[in-house]
Amino acid sequence: MRSGGPGGFVDEGLARRLKALACTAPLHDLDARKAKLDWADATVYQMAEIALHTIDQVTIAMDFDTGAGHEDVVRRLQPFIATQAPGRAVQEHLRVARWVLDNLINVGTADRGFRRVYGSVDATGAYRRRAFDFKLLVEVAGADGEVYLRASDEAINVLVGALDTDVESAQIAAEVKLENLISRGRLADAKLAAEQARYRTVQYGETLRVKLDATRRDVRAVDWAEEMPELLDSALSHIEARFRAENAILRNITRARDEAEDVDHKRRAAELVDIVGDCISRHTQLQSRLQAAGAIFRAEQDRQQFSGPPQRATIDLFGQLLVPALDLPIADAVAPVEHFFRAAAGLDVPTVPSLSSLVSLLLRPAPERDKLVGEVPEPELVPSETTDYYSDEQWRRADELLDLPDVPRRLSGLLAEARESDPQLARLVALRALHSSSPAVGAAVRQGDGRALLAVDDGTPLHDEEFGGADLLLGTASIDRDEEGVA
Amino acid sequence: MRVSRMSTDVESAARLVSFGMRPKQLPSRDVVYADLVRRYAEDSSFKQLTNSVAAGLGLMVLDVSMQAGAVLAATDESVFEIKMDSYARQSKIRERRETEKVLHGLVHLAAAALGYPRPDDLANDTYIGRLSVEQVDGVVREACRILDERAAKAERNNDPLSDAPELEQAWRAYARRPAAAATKDGRLASDTTRGMVSRALRFLADQGFLVQASAEQGGTYRTTPRYQVQVRELAADSAFEELLELGVVAVGDAAGTLRPSISDTL
Repeated sequence: MRSGGPGGFVDEGLARRLKALACTAPLHDLDARKAKLDWADATVYQMAEIALHTIDQVTIAMDFDTGAGHEDVVRRLQPFIATQAPGRAVQEHLRVARWVLDNLINVGTADRGFRRVYGSVDATGAYRRRAFDFKLLVEVAGADGEVYLRASDEAINVLVGALDTDVESAQIAAEVKLENLISRGRLADAKLAAEQARYRTVQYGETLRVKLDATRRDVRAVDWAEEMPELLDSALSHIEARFRAENAILRNITRARDEAEDVDHKRRAAELVDIVGDCISRHTQLQSRLQAAGAIFRAEQDRQQFSGPPQRATIDLFGQLLVPALDLPIADAVAPVEHFFRAAAGLDVPTVPSLSSLVSLLLRPAPERDKLVGEVPEPELVPSETTDYYSDEQWRRADELLDLPDVPRRLSGLLAEARESDPQLARLVALRALHSSSPAVGAAVRQGDGRALLAVDDGTPLHDEEFGGADLLLGTASIDRDEEGVA
Repeated sequence: MRVSRMSTDVESAARLVSFGMRPKQLPSRDVVYADLVRRYAEDSSFKQLTNSVAAGLGLMVLDVSMQAGAVLAATDESVFEIKMDSYARQSKIRERRETEKVLHGLVHLAAAALGYPRPDDLANDTYIGRLSVEQVDGVVREACRILDERAAKAERNNDPLSDAPELEQAWRAYARRPAAAATKDGRLASDTTRGMVSRALRFLADQGFLVQASAEQGGTYRTTPRYQVQVRELAADSAFEELLELGVVAVGDAAGTLRPSISDTL
């Protein structure tokens, strides 16, 4: 527990709970938005359930090197979704699966993640709004260049809850519980406990994978003097204990499975045997990685230790440029990185076309498509130029002018006021007023805007030197999201 | 006679400059180029003449050597200057431009930092660095992780303020951006960090600063002497000065601090 300033202590727990709450928001959001899907009547599907199941599937498929492929996950989800709406077509089930998956990744945003704003009181006692960024499913590139899914720490926490505790003690508690449950024949609970144990094993593996990757890049990045031996020791003793426990459990449930007469009991026991079997194979995998870890460290140390005497004074690019630049606020970091880029990018030699090369240029067959999307012109680029037609400052001032929460105003008055400071601004105000005569309330709700500008024509004509039409009445309407979500 | 001698000299100097504008052409593969490079080293009046021709064009001669050829840099507002704005232009509109510029700039910084991990490597003329898309992304993410841990240890809540996105630290923006994303046609998405790194490395290869060695790890490249000169003589210093003005750099030692978190355990 960290103890901050005088106000900081109260703050911490609240902030943590708010963050935990935020992690569940994308799941609730799915159910809130399912009614709006235009390709199917999706209200019959329980989207949050499907989402949790998706995270489950991804977590289970995670191992050291890769995660789950998109299509694998969709395929595995299909039977689960089919049970919710058996009457619907398989195509629809798959589409639902893809929709849920895309939303858990949050495809469509550049960061492919989620952001929730929460408030906290800082050391000076002032209330500050802060942003909490998190992801549920993360896409990573595998060694073969394919993109795989992995569940983030946040997702695993959402999934099993309270995993944010001391891994070791939680592990032991879960084992004791598991053995108790089996001896008392409570197989459903036993299954849950076994699954939780498996998620913890995956977490151990994930920690180790990250550390080994860092070691491969540079041995000094990871504390091999204390931190790593501790991690390896605790992971090894964890495996030792798990092997003992799980083999005992396996014997017990196999017996339970064979002796059970109730069909349901038998089936559950069989499932549990599968899970425990999977756990054991995962431990074996983790153990072999643990054994290899020391060798990786020594090999990397040998490889990376070459070092000659200093020759002349230069700059340490990583420590003196990259890290300080990363640590700067974005607004401050622009200047240094831009200077570096300009100086390191070399020359842009203007091309001079000649007639002979132009002819061969025109006759040249179309080049093969590049591996990157970057070179292909994207249609989205067009609006960017129109947006840039007005400067940020002009947009900001238009925002100020059009912020009319209480009393509506006439367009003519606004135009006059805008023109006083900047003739261009009047144009922007007029355009935005026109746009809001058909307000995109749906879009505003989807984007999470708190309010929308509304324009109403009451028949008064506009007398203006530049624009004609109706003298619109403008006002800001706030959007009540709860009602929108239910509707 | 004197005039014609002068004009042939100017022509030679201009030719040397024009060789410098073709980054992939090397003195070792061209006799004329090699002669001019030798003359530049031996004849100080020719050297001055070349520098003046370059200066008139809006260029600065950083170095002329057999390994690197004539290495030129554009001065401010020169026609040869590559603007960050045009490089980062392709990015999506909904992202803030500054964030996009910073991310691209950081990628270029990281490429140089990985190409020359220790100050020594940057100083050593015979050093050739190797870097891959995967490693460059990994190095920045590792630095982000260290900064994240450092931030978590600090005793105050430093999650970014939601109403002042420009005050968010650069590493948060980088760490938040996904490394890879699946696209419909299986290509690398350009707004992921790997997409950015891949673009930066291909751009540097086009500029004659890197040579592609293989397609492993998303593309593996080795550095050229030209890149070393460019980074050492100009880029590092100009960025360093900016950072000094902001008062955020510390003086390091010769071992370098690539992966700086822990005291030396070797």
